[in-house]
Amino acid sequence: MSSLRRFVDKIKPPFEKGGKLYIFHAGFEAIETFLFVPNRTTQGRVHIRDANDMKRTLILVMIAMVPALLFGIWNTGFQHFLALGVEAGFWQMVWFGFLKVLPLFIVSYAVGLGIEIAFAQMRKEEVAEGFFVSGMLIPMVMPADVPLWMVAVATVFAVVIGKEVFGGTGMNILNPALVARAFLFFAYPGQMSGEKVWIAGLTDGTGVVDGFSGSTILGQAAQNTTTFVNGLGETYSSWDMFLGTIPGSIGETSTLAILIGAVILILTGVGSWKVIVSVFAGGLTMGLLLNAFAVNEFMALPFWEHMILGGFAFGAVFMATDPVTAAQTERGKWIYGFLIGLLAILIRVLNPAYPEGVMMAILLMNVFAPLIDHYVVEGNIRRRLKRAKVTAN
Amino acid sequence: MTEVIKIKKGLDIHMNGEAEKIYVKAPRAKTYAVKPVNWHGLTPKIIPKLCDPVKVGTPIFYDKYHPEVKFTSPVSGILLSINRGDRRRIIEVTVEDDGKDTSETFLQGEPATLTREQIVENLLESGLWPMIRQRPYGVIARSGQVPKSIFISAFDTSPLAPDFDFVLKDLEEDFQWGVNALKRLTRGKVHLNLDGRYPSVRTLSSIEGVEINRFKGPHPAGNVGVQIHHLDPINKGELVWVVQPQDVVTIGRLFKTGKYDPSVVVALTGSRVEKPVYFKTIRGAAVAPLLEGQLKPGESRVISGNVLDGSRIDAEKGHVGFLDSQLTVIPEGNYYELFGWILPGFKKASFARSFASTWLTPHKKFDMDTNYHGGKRTFVMSGEYEKVVPMDIFPVHLIKSILVNDIDKMEQLGIYEVVEEDLALCEYICTSKIPVTKILRDGLSALRKEMED
Repeated sequence: MSSLRRFVDKIKPPFEKGGKLYIFHAGFEAIETFLFVPNRTTQGRVHIRDANDMKRTLILVMIAMVPALLFGIWNTGFQHFLALGVEAGFWQMVWFGFLKVLPLFIVSYAVGLGIEIAFAQMRKEEVAEGFFVSGMLIPMVMPADVPLWMVAVATVFAVVIGKEVFGGTGMNILNPALVARAFLFFAYPGQMSGEKVWIAGLTDGTGVVDGFSGSTILGQAAQNTTTFVNGLGETYSSWDMFLGTIPGSIGETSTLAILIGAVILILTGVGSWKVIVSVFAGGLTMGLLLNAFAVNEFMALPFWEHMILGGFAFGAVFMATDPVTAAQTERGKWIYGFLIGLLAILIRVLNPAYPEGVMMAILLMNVFAPLIDHYVVEGNIRRRLKRAKVTAN
Repeated sequence: MTEVIKIKKGLDIHMNGEAEKIYVKAPRAKTYAVKPVNWHGLTPKIIPKLCDPVKVGTPIFYDKYHPEVKFTSPVSGILLSINRGDRRRIIEVTVEDDGKDTSETFLQGEPATLTREQIVENLLESGLWPMIRQRPYGVIARSGQVPKSIFISAFDTSPLAPDFDFVLKDLEEDFQWGVNALKRLTRGKVHLNLDGRYPSVRTLSSIEGVEINRFKGPHPAGNVGVQIHHLDPINKGELVWVVQPQDVVTIGRLFKTGKYDPSVVVALTGSRVEKPVYFKTIRGAAVAPLLEGQLKPGESRVISGNVLDGSRIDAEKGHVGFLDSQLTVIPEGNYYELFGWILPGFKKASFARSFASTWLTPHKKFDMDTNYHGGKRTFVMSGEYEKVVPMDIFPVHLIKSILVNDIDKMEQLGIYEVVEEDLALCEYICTSKIPVTKILRDGLSALRKEMED
């Protein structure tokens, strides 16, 4: 056995039941199981278990988010230097972005995992891995210039109210990361929308090019224009929107990077392809409908362009697919995803106060997912009853 | 009926240690046992005293709540011991073999010439009645009831399962006698379900008086519960009886010879067995002589049954289960694995597509062990169980209805149609490591109590 294992075994006793450090056992176990898959063996009549577990599944979700995150880090630097009007090299942008994003991660994980471990300790359960993913999602849906204390407050709210009050991972109704985002959106609307927050350094304002606007494309679209420009007044092409060289929340801008993540999720079977496909299908359908009845420029925006704008793709791939808050039946997933797409674009276009309709749509459908499942399951129950009646006759 | 019913959902688990198709006559064991724990909800009452002589077919205990259901000794000798477990629950009743095989005699005769009462009586007296189990609940059938149909699954798709086509070869005549007896017990059909994967000549395709059906697909296509669901599903208040193929042969011999013939074939399988083979032995035999010189070094687990539905037994003192045709020996998995959850996993068996092995070597056989591979969590992933349950049932919703003890919902969601083995794959693949089969049994017990009290 490795020396690390011997070391863990050596320091373990005080953390076990009755030991002096028992109050920290949840934290100790979390670290131990992070290092080692435990030696527990099967009991009962089923003697073998699949090698897959929750840690591995959720790690794969995190890996799938890495491309979007890396792009987001670069883009944070890119947008910043664009606003300053400074020529910067690739690594300079990455380094700036890294320094900007890293504190968000530290705050999100420190606060979130702290609460998780405390609750696990209280409930005498193992620490669930759910927050690995939420903790990564939260910074990625934040604008680059968000104050750190807001991230902390939002994380506390998301973990406690969004998750723990329902019983922890697996029991929550709403996606915790979206709860965090929605909390900030409604609690601090002044800071969380407008033109400043999306680009690092803009709120502060030092050194920014005169007249530079940091508004997002959706912010501009809500003003009923379909020629979108960057802060310097240069027009964005659809290609820019697809690649993601536009202002927006850290992880959401690059549709390409998100699609790479989608491919990882679908190939490994971790994310439901049904949800992803149906969200896009719903979005395209609503886009087409709005095009058909267009009375203003935003409604006339080509339906497919909605897919590469704002948080639509990010929401479809990483938020809507959260298995806990999505519909759980296969048929339900189609309905759930389709309605998210439909509502996201509807809210986005018809309600200028909420340009980020995806967040609203997913939260709303999170609430309705159990109802969708209920009707799907009812169908099964009815089939069974009908079968019983046929035999009885 | 020659139509093949195709089962699409499910999973064949590829493991090392399949038994080679060779018969080995098992050495005679010192002790043989009948284990009351092999049947759910059975409270045994012991009949003879310790050291009383018994013959083959002498009752050694009966069901306290259904005294007509007797359990008889598979060998002649003396009643050796009554082994108890937790809370003094009787685990096994052992008989010391005298090697003489003196036997009780029972009614002999072609079942067609006997009345239903005589057939039932003969099965009860000889101790063969407990071979007939009922769905729902998977408990011993009630002799006073009449099922709507009887199901025999003549193939097993479980991991490393014995090939019944091989086991039953040349036993068609006895099997036919058994079928003739079972036919008299139901008003409906006797379904004999064969493996549709091998459509060539099958041992049992000549059996008469039954409805022959063929099923094709991955495990659990061979599970009788799945077959019932597709042919004659169980609604509330309905009863179906199930019998295993080797038990049909034993029943047939009872009527043919008037004696209880306890001989049975048991496949010794698993990656920890030196030479996996088929043993000709006697029901309830001690496993020690079978395993002698056969075990590879290392800590192993001996299972009476298969890895998805079997009971752990002691390698030295244990006995083969009355209803089991298989022994499986696999390594214990009580080891730690550094960063196991992130390694690519070239040597890991998984249904999930998150391991290198699933992509590179999908048909590779593994030495699977008993490690849990993770910790227990709440339900997080969805749509997993549905992929391995080829029935129109929502397994997760069913399990959740049991967890909240909602009897109505359990009924509505089809609890009557399943027993542990049907949902065993769910427990195997579960990312959250939820003890599905234990929860299901708790639900079945709760329901049965509710219905029968």
